[in-house]
Amino acid sequence: MTDTTAPGGSLTAQKAAQDQRGEEAPQYFASKHEGYHWTAEAPMFLYAVWYLAFLYIPVLFLPLFSFNDSIYVAFPLKGFSLEWYGDMVSTQQLLEALANSIKVGGAVAVLSTILGLFAAKAMTRYVMPGKGAITAFIMLPLVVPGIILGISLLVITNMVGMELSLYTIGLAHTLVSVPFAMLVLISRLEGFDKNLEEASLDLGEGPFRTFFRVTLPLAWPGILASLLLTFTISFDEFILAFFLAGNEATLPVYIWSQLRFPSRLPMVLALGATILIFSFFIVTVAEVLRRRGVGPQSGSAI
Amino acid sequence: MAVTDSARTVTHGDVPLPSLIFRVNALFLRHEWIRGYTLLSPTLLVMVMLMCLPVFMLVTYSFWTQNYLDIDRTFTLANYEAFFQKPIYVALIMKSIRMSLFCTFATIILAYPMAYFIAFKVKSNKLVWLILITVPFWTSYLLRVFAWKVILGYNGVVNSGLISVGLIDEPLQFLLYNPTAVVLTLAHAWAAFAILPIYVSLEKIDRSYLEAATDLGDTPSERFWRVTWPLSLPGVIAAGLLVFIPTVADYVTPRLVGGTTGIMIGNIIQSQFGKANNWPLGAALSVIVMLMIAFLVVVFIVTTTRGRAKSA
Repeated sequence: MTDTTAPGGSLTAQKAAQDQRGEEAPQYFASKHEGYHWTAEAPMFLYAVWYLAFLYIPVLFLPLFSFNDSIYVAFPLKGFSLEWYGDMVSTQQLLEALANSIKVGGAVAVLSTILGLFAAKAMTRYVMPGKGAITAFIMLPLVVPGIILGISLLVITNMVGMELSLYTIGLAHTLVSVPFAMLVLISRLEGFDKNLEEASLDLGEGPFRTFFRVTLPLAWPGILASLLLTFTISFDEFILAFFLAGNEATLPVYIWSQLRFPSRLPMVLALGATILIFSFFIVTVAEVLRRRGVGPQSGSAI
Repeated sequence: MAVTDSARTVTHGDVPLPSLIFRVNALFLRHEWIRGYTLLSPTLLVMVMLMCLPVFMLVTYSFWTQNYLDIDRTFTLANYEAFFQKPIYVALIMKSIRMSLFCTFATIILAYPMAYFIAFKVKSNKLVWLILITVPFWTSYLLRVFAWKVILGYNGVVNSGLISVGLIDEPLQFLLYNPTAVVLTLAHAWAAFAILPIYVSLEKIDRSYLEAATDLGDTPSERFWRVTWPLSLPGVIAAGLLVFIPTVADYVTPRLVGGTTGIMIGNIIQSQFGKANNWPLGAALSVIVMLMIAFLVVVFIVTTTRGRAKSA
């Protein structure tokens, strides 16, 4: 995952490789001359489909039951109803939590993308001793259990006498978003030809103008993808927000508080379904932006 | 140039400003790594402030004690003694590690064929497959876990579905609120973490190695175990760590689907910062969990890399 080696060759070479791949007849299975036969491939394909079903179906029960005209989440389905969605939009607390989540998510997206861009630029353009160690260090929040980060931040917030608020949640979310922003931006910056920047510098532009006139436009899809992904991470994050929320809740914290009340379950389903569909949409856009033109082989997968 | 001249003329005494700027500039131009680290410094500073410093404070906190509502700041090992005196804590940590290992194992076994399929069998539309497996990874962890509560519940999807088609008369009790439900839910929630690193390591394998193995007479299964599997091990190891480390200390999943028997160490830590309100003890417990994880990770990495060195 932390692997971010450059894709072999320049942009044009990649493009050529992609075109070549595109020229083959669209087929999921390797052709016979590679020693495979359709019969041998079928079980793998079926497994892949089964795996996708395992990944998606459990989550799809949320939207399914959110339209069910019953407060019990059980088969058989009773009938189509938009009542729970009506409940959802008329709950004041929920709307406040939504506004909080958007505020925090927006701030986190901008902050972590800027920090990620600094790091990604340094990692891809400079030869530095200890680069591997630094990368591993910045990636650490991905592997340290959320509860450890959460209580550590809670303890230090308490010791410096800071009030728990949306700011503390935002700082915590920035911590876990920076590694993702950096990964996304590293693969983008590696994806275009470094010579373009050098040409700009050779032709007399300063480093700042080069950054704004060459690097930024070329990295733009990656930056947009990073903004969208880090926003979604913050918007959906629960564990850190749970420890660091003051009086103002974010949406996942609000959902958690509602899970205690069985009568609120259908409304929570409607809310969950809305959030899922919204996140799926944003993330799909971000993924397409991020992977297009970079090539499937290149660098980090996540 | 003016700047160079002023730099040359100054030999001792007060350093004039242009010379200082010149020297700093020269330092920057001469050493690439200084420029790199300067660019990196804002990010590093934020990471240190938000991660190293808080974790350091957490460790410090674990040597203090809770004195009713106040914190007694004299250094003591009382919290660690409390840990070793109560067998329940040790047992819970062991149980959490067992459950998490089981979950990691299941996740990797399930993910490997999928990663293999995308890396080797999908020729076109690779992007679509990659996006399909990545998207759930970015969406709400809480909601993915919550979905399983809905599915496995007493009056949940599985039970009511089986009753309405007439397969069972009474709801099955054993679905929810046990360790198996926790492992299943975790394996689902962390699936994407396992697929992606394995996929990357498979994708990087030079295809000519596989051709060479076939040409030299390996059967497909020999070729897999002698070429593909060893070369994909870094991805498998990364996947193992990425799933194992966060799941050991998880408290959301056990809380929602674990019931009393599915409880994990994360729940105890969380309660010290909630109802039980003994922050120093909670801090000590999390330090112990961190040390356990670090120990296991080192053991895991050492054994796997040594195994690879031997087989090579």
